[in-house]
Amino acid sequence: MTALEKKFVSFSVAVAVLFGVPQTVSAMHIMEGYLPPAYCVAWGAVCLPFLAVGIITMRRLVRQQRKTMLLLAMAGAFVFVISSLKIPSVTGSCSHMTGTGLGAILFGVPVTTILGVIVLLFQALLLAHGGLTTLGANTCSMAIAGPLLTWGLYQIGKKLRVPRLPLIFLASMLGDLFTYCVTSLQLALAYPSAQGGVGASMTEFLLVFAPTQLPLAVIEGLLTMLVIMGLETYAKTELHELREGRRGLFHDAE
Amino acid sequence: MTRNKKIVVVSLLIVVLLIAGPLLALKGASFGGSDDAGSVKVEEITGGEAEPWATPVLEQLIGGELPGEVESLFFCLQTALGVGVLAFGFGYLVARKKYGGDRSGTAGDKEKNS
Repeated sequence: MTALEKKFVSFSVAVAVLFGVPQTVSAMHIMEGYLPPAYCVAWGAVCLPFLAVGIITMRRLVRQQRKTMLLLAMAGAFVFVISSLKIPSVTGSCSHMTGTGLGAILFGVPVTTILGVIVLLFQALLLAHGGLTTLGANTCSMAIAGPLLTWGLYQIGKKLRVPRLPLIFLASMLGDLFTYCVTSLQLALAYPSAQGGVGASMTEFLLVFAPTQLPLAVIEGLLTMLVIMGLETYAKTELHELREGRRGLFHDAE
Repeated sequence: MTRNKKIVVVSLLIVVLLIAGPLLALKGASFGGSDDAGSVKVEEITGGEAEPWATPVLEQLIGGELPGEVESLFFCLQTALGVGVLAFGFGYLVARKKYGGDRSGTAGDKEKNS
């Protein structure tokens, strides 16, 4: 990293620690105005380091690995499509998927965070879905926690030589589910139940989200797997270039 | 059929079944959003005290709830933007492979650079 980039990242980490930690780190689209202001600030602060590293990584991709731009655009487009489709589920209510698994597997977590924020902003501004005050919390669940789990599982699975396609399916499926677990936790922390506290409250929220989300997570896993199959057949050059430049979570090119 | 083609067909079939299944099986269900179910739960837990302290920007601008049809317009716009880019990408990649641009891809770049 250059000196300027280092300053940029450490500043964002400092802000994250300052605002994020005191409230204890605590989930999908939380509705506008439904989180107390202190939580909005705390969650927003947690996102900053990821956004900072994401911006740096993306700039580097644009400068040094121009061929991967097409893949980057496609990963972003995948999030757009997947998170716009509201799908009926077994519980009789609708929910939508996140689509961030693809970005996490191809580009790592910070870049996916940026892609996720773009989609969340679009939905918060135009669709009254999610919201500006809850943007930080929603970014944490959909664009950081979910991708982090997907990326982590994918890396571990690769080391253990788990067959590729089932691994991609599982990693992106569980990443989608995890997003909703974190949403439940976020809501539970802001609205602890009077009797059982945060734990009881979280169980309640999980019971609302989990059964709805399970079949959708399977769909997300399958679709992510299909797109990666397609890319592996038709975009070998780009994937190769991406692999050359890859250095773990933060993609440090040094 | 090749192995890949089988995987694609079976996966897509599962996807369709997973979506059509609940819709056909649960007759009369309202299929509301689970985000709304979330806010209902918040009210249950707090005993109806959860007043949102901010309203979405667009609702403030137009001074009311976003009409359902307009909301579906924006959702379609989001899908369309995504599908457009994805389809462009895959179209480009597939055509490149088909017309041999992929194999000469690296060599072609070297020529351009020199």
